[in-house]
Amino acid sequence: MANCGHLNIYFVHTFDLTLDRLTKVEGSASLEIRVKDNKVEHVHFKITEYKRFFTKAMEGKPIVALPQLLSRICGTCSNAHIMCSIEACERALGIVPSEQTLILRALTMYGLNIRDHALHLYLFALPDIYGKDAFLDFDENNPEQHQLLHDAFEIKAAGNFLSTLIAGRSVHALYPAIGGFNHFPDSSGIAEAISKLEAIRPAVLRLIEIFKNSPFHFDRKTNFMALVPDDKYGFLNGRIRTSKGDCIPEENFREHLERVILPYSQAVAYKHKEEAYMVGALSRMNLAKNLLHSRTCDALGSTLDLFPSTDVFYTNIAQAIEILHSIDDSLEILKTKKILPEPIIKGQNRNAVGVGVIEAPRGTLYHKVHLGNDGMVKSGEVVVPTGQNQVNIEEDIATLVNQLIPETPKDKITFEIEKLIRAYDPCMSCATHFLKVRWS
Amino acid sequence: MENKDSKIKVGWFSFSCCEDNTVVFTELMNDHWQEWKKIFDFRHARVLKSQNVFDEFDIAFIEGAVASEEQAEKVRQIREKSKKLVAVGACAVIGMPAGQRNTFAEEQKAEIEFLLARFAALPKVLKVSEVVKVDMEVGGCPMDPKIFLEAVTKLIGELRPS
Repeated sequence: MANCGHLNIYFVHTFDLTLDRLTKVEGSASLEIRVKDNKVEHVHFKITEYKRFFTKAMEGKPIVALPQLLSRICGTCSNAHIMCSIEACERALGIVPSEQTLILRALTMYGLNIRDHALHLYLFALPDIYGKDAFLDFDENNPEQHQLLHDAFEIKAAGNFLSTLIAGRSVHALYPAIGGFNHFPDSSGIAEAISKLEAIRPAVLRLIEIFKNSPFHFDRKTNFMALVPDDKYGFLNGRIRTSKGDCIPEENFREHLERVILPYSQAVAYKHKEEAYMVGALSRMNLAKNLLHSRTCDALGSTLDLFPSTDVFYTNIAQAIEILHSIDDSLEILKTKKILPEPIIKGQNRNAVGVGVIEAPRGTLYHKVHLGNDGMVKSGEVVVPTGQNQVNIEEDIATLVNQLIPETPKDKITFEIEKLIRAYDPCMSCATHFLKVRWS
Repeated sequence: MENKDSKIKVGWFSFSCCEDNTVVFTELMNDHWQEWKKIFDFRHARVLKSQNVFDEFDIAFIEGAVASEEQAEKVRQIREKSKKLVAVGACAVIGMPAGQRNTFAEEQKAEIEFLLARFAALPKVLKVSEVVKVDMEVGGCPMDPKIFLEAVTKLIGELRPS
């Protein structure tokens, strides 16, 4: 039995379209669309992962255990959750991390973005461009496809190597801790990382060209939001800014993100100023492209003129550019900074709230922790990128389907929807782990 | 008897978990994709493809714990269709941490009760072996890549003895 979604067509211009489980995305989601008289009545993007209640499980845990616990929210984003949780915990404990710690964290995020974006771009998005069902279906006897197969796994492997060298593992990293790192890379590992990262640069340039020439487009005027650094393009520091010119203070971020409860979904959605907004690589590129590494800018030339953009599919180009920046800045750091062992900075247990905000691969990630005098967590909250993009995704699917009916065959509509959702690179594992009991 | 040269039919299924084993699996592909492309027919792996087929498997890998009757039924169907069923990762093997609500205090359980009811979740999250017979387990959070590769090698030896 083919299991790629199905259609229930009731009569010509009125139908329900159900995709029972989306493919080539992180985690589990389904989609239900009702069309009446050639017009979309509703789109329900249902995140169907079962809740694992991490924000409830935080309560009463020692703060030192928190980053590793919250890492288990999501495998592919796990190192981003660790970075964000550590930042929240350090702020609660009054710890200011060392300069070297910040550098090692930047490298951890670079390793993650190289690997995670490559997984999305090659294994999830590229088959759509080449008319293939799966990346592994690419033909090794075709020189171009042969090259892409090898490029994909070499880029992923280099990102994985960097993550493992700096953070101990590319999934649920072992070395980063509250107050510093508990292991440091050796010089032979650093030399090997430099060689691997330099070797994949041409492949990344090929990847950027492919997505630049992709025929897929979907224009979406929206408010783009990202943590924008002051100096250098990155994923850990800066101010939360929007393309409409707002600047959101980190400490009271929740006052600016409005929860939207969707009774059909296991996840929670968000709006800002009562409007949908978008987070992720496209938002970062729109708001911070001037901060990319100089070597990246030199290699890209006029490609950077594509941004700012309101084309959702340009998320793919933005991700490919972020891989290049991650490589170029990592190379500069690894070649110029000497990394030496240093002790972990200890904090003070106290009654305090800490907020961590970072850019995970898929967009702005928030962790909040309320610490007690006894070093135990009283409560906490996590806001992930996919929840913030959910309203946009639903609105865009409605627009897309309205554009496609009535002429387009239904299976083509299904394919177009999945393609668009993939461009958002949603992560359902992340999206389902909140609980706020007294919501209305 | 299977033709010794035919590809091994593989299914990869994710239940309640963070899918870290899927990430480790796609990382192992960095070194093994050419070999696996030759010997495996990935019939059902939603992370890799859209045209998934749910008919029969030589090996079914299951990650994640079982959080609802619907998931339990799916696990039973996978078992029926699979020669070998391998639980991968801590959530599948021991039910944790996906099943952390099993350890909640009564007050915490009361606070989440309405959500369990809304989505028809099981009162207790189960490990895979509480639902069906498991032939092999690869533990770890995420699964240990070395042990996974050993398990794969052993299964290939059993399914396609040379």
